[in-house]
Amino acid sequence: MTTTEKTEGAAGSAPQDAKKSAPLLDVRDLHVEFKTRDGIAKAVNGVSYSVDAGETLAVLGESGSGKSVTAQAIMGILDSPPGRVAGGEILFHGQDILKLPESERRKLRGPKMAMIFQDALSALNPVFSVGNQLGEMFRVHQGMSKKDAKAKAIELMDRVRIPAARQRVGDYPHQFSGGMRQRIMIAMAMALEPDLIIADEPTTALDVTVQAQVMDLLAELQREYNMGLILITHDLGVVADVADKIAVMYAGRIVETAPVHELYKRPAHPYTRGLLDSIPRLDHKGQELYAIKGLPPNLLRIPTGCAFNPRCPKAQDVCRADIPALLQVTEQDGTELDGRGSACHFWKDTIHG
Amino acid sequence: MTELTESAKGPDAATAPTAAANNTAEPAPARITQWGEIRHRFLANKLAVVGLVLVALLFIVAAAAPLIATHDPYAQNLANTLQEPSGDHWFGTDALGRDQFSRIVYGSRIAVIVGLASIFLACVIGCILGALSGYFGKAVDSVIMRIADIFFAFPLLIGAIVIILVMGRGVLPVIVSLAVFSWATVARLLRSSILSVREMDYVTAAKALGASTTRIITRHIMPNSIAAVMSYVSFSVGTAVVAEASLSFLGIGVSPEVPEWGNMISAGKDSLGVSDFLWVYPSSAIVLTVLGFVFVGDGLRDALDPKLR
Repeated sequence: MTTTEKTEGAAGSAPQDAKKSAPLLDVRDLHVEFKTRDGIAKAVNGVSYSVDAGETLAVLGESGSGKSVTAQAIMGILDSPPGRVAGGEILFHGQDILKLPESERRKLRGPKMAMIFQDALSALNPVFSVGNQLGEMFRVHQGMSKKDAKAKAIELMDRVRIPAARQRVGDYPHQFSGGMRQRIMIAMAMALEPDLIIADEPTTALDVTVQAQVMDLLAELQREYNMGLILITHDLGVVADVADKIAVMYAGRIVETAPVHELYKRPAHPYTRGLLDSIPRLDHKGQELYAIKGLPPNLLRIPTGCAFNPRCPKAQDVCRADIPALLQVTEQDGTELDGRGSACHFWKDTIHG
Repeated sequence: MTELTESAKGPDAATAPTAAANNTAEPAPARITQWGEIRHRFLANKLAVVGLVLVALLFIVAAAAPLIATHDPYAQNLANTLQEPSGDHWFGTDALGRDQFSRIVYGSRIAVIVGLASIFLACVIGCILGALSGYFGKAVDSVIMRIADIFFAFPLLIGAIVIILVMGRGVLPVIVSLAVFSWATVARLLRSSILSVREMDYVTAAKALGASTTRIITRHIMPNSIAAVMSYVSFSVGTAVVAEASLSFLGIGVSPEVPEWGNMISAGKDSLGVSDFLWVYPSSAIVLTVLGFVFVGDGLRDALDPKLR
């Protein structure tokens, strides 16, 4: 096991038992900046993670933690200017796609990688019927005829379980309920059976009962097509059922990575612990709800040292001086825990203390 | 309807709707094209249909003027001036004994030509400049918008007088002057519309699904931006008809002997209170024309917005 890789790119590269082929997606030390009137906002500061085919990585974090920006950089849809990738590599099927010309990257989007957005109503074009928009994927990328594309659209709508797909293929996005719209969004992303899907808070705009259905559908389709899935969310509840591993982001860095259940059981970073503690719990009824003190940092002025130190109950002088690397997390006896990393100087106290 | 089946969950529910939809015995309702849909919505709007009838009538009258007119609109009959409307002269005769009905019928030609041509020209200029402004932003945007501001601030009539002084009287100078002073609105409308549409999630989503820049512009930005312009165009054809009549009324439009509504009202104003039929009929023609275009514009705006049903 290479320890260097452990320190920075822990999330995916963990189980290197057999010499596995390169992961589907391997983000290495990615930096993204935004030029603003007040200076340069460092939205992503050295993020590394990887996803294999058939694997689900949940990226967890507050608004402004850089989780969506990372996804946009992977997709190549950053608003630039003002945004730009300032460093790092994004290896997709082993190839650094940041080095590809825009025309090549565009060809990846759709057939190879696709994205699902939070608010399907605004992410679907209001002036075209859903059938038309679904069919467009086939017409444009595969040169299908209008008729065939429509048949495919109906098939897809069936696939994501939209009732009476045949009747509804000519309806417009606003005529569908929120859950149905998100299904259509999923259908569009799945249309060309990409290898990688990035779902940016796919259930945030939905009510709780529908959330579970949409998540189940997504997980099921992912299994079926053996796709890599990056699930961006701030909802710890959504993650637990579907994700294989979690990367927690804070101020543009990954602060903790872990297999999903490990993280819930034993968080190794004070921020993760804070997140878990702030989930409302029925058995704590009547008690005050825990909240992490303070606000997420201003990306124009990220605190020196560990970015979380001003809000951290355990912060010491070293936290204000040194940026902790993503360190391999071990058991108390020193055995390494697969896929676990924590960017905390005091991870030992946090996980074992 | 939609919510009902939303609760479908798990494998068993999965098969139910699938089976229902695969049941080909149930024919899909004929809901063909995008334009079919828009037409349907447009025709469902009563006022829009009234407007369409008025506009259609105007076009028919203009096209078939020689067939409809009962007299030669230029023929003077000094023995038969200022006649009240009668069986022979439906709308009466003017101070030179010309048949008012025939003059109004022929006047529709000028209204149609000037209205359509000037707004078409304004649209071409406005759409190109507005689109450039909206897409490229920055310096291009500032320059185009400042120019638009100048044309916007300049009073139409004064500007038109200057252009007509330079070009001479006639139909073409009227068209040009109206176009020159209406493109700014089109440009502004399209620009602001593009600016907001450009930021919409579906544009990002289209990009994320591999749409090319041309495709994003033609499928996502333009169709969503153009609705604002389309209805404005219909409104402004009506406005252009009024403006053209005003120019002629002031004596700087087409020459006074030409059958034209503004000319007729201008001539009629001298007999105000005596021979009111002289101005009432041409004015009504203008009012109906403008109403027609306004109703159509309203109907278009509603029909083009799928969310306004």
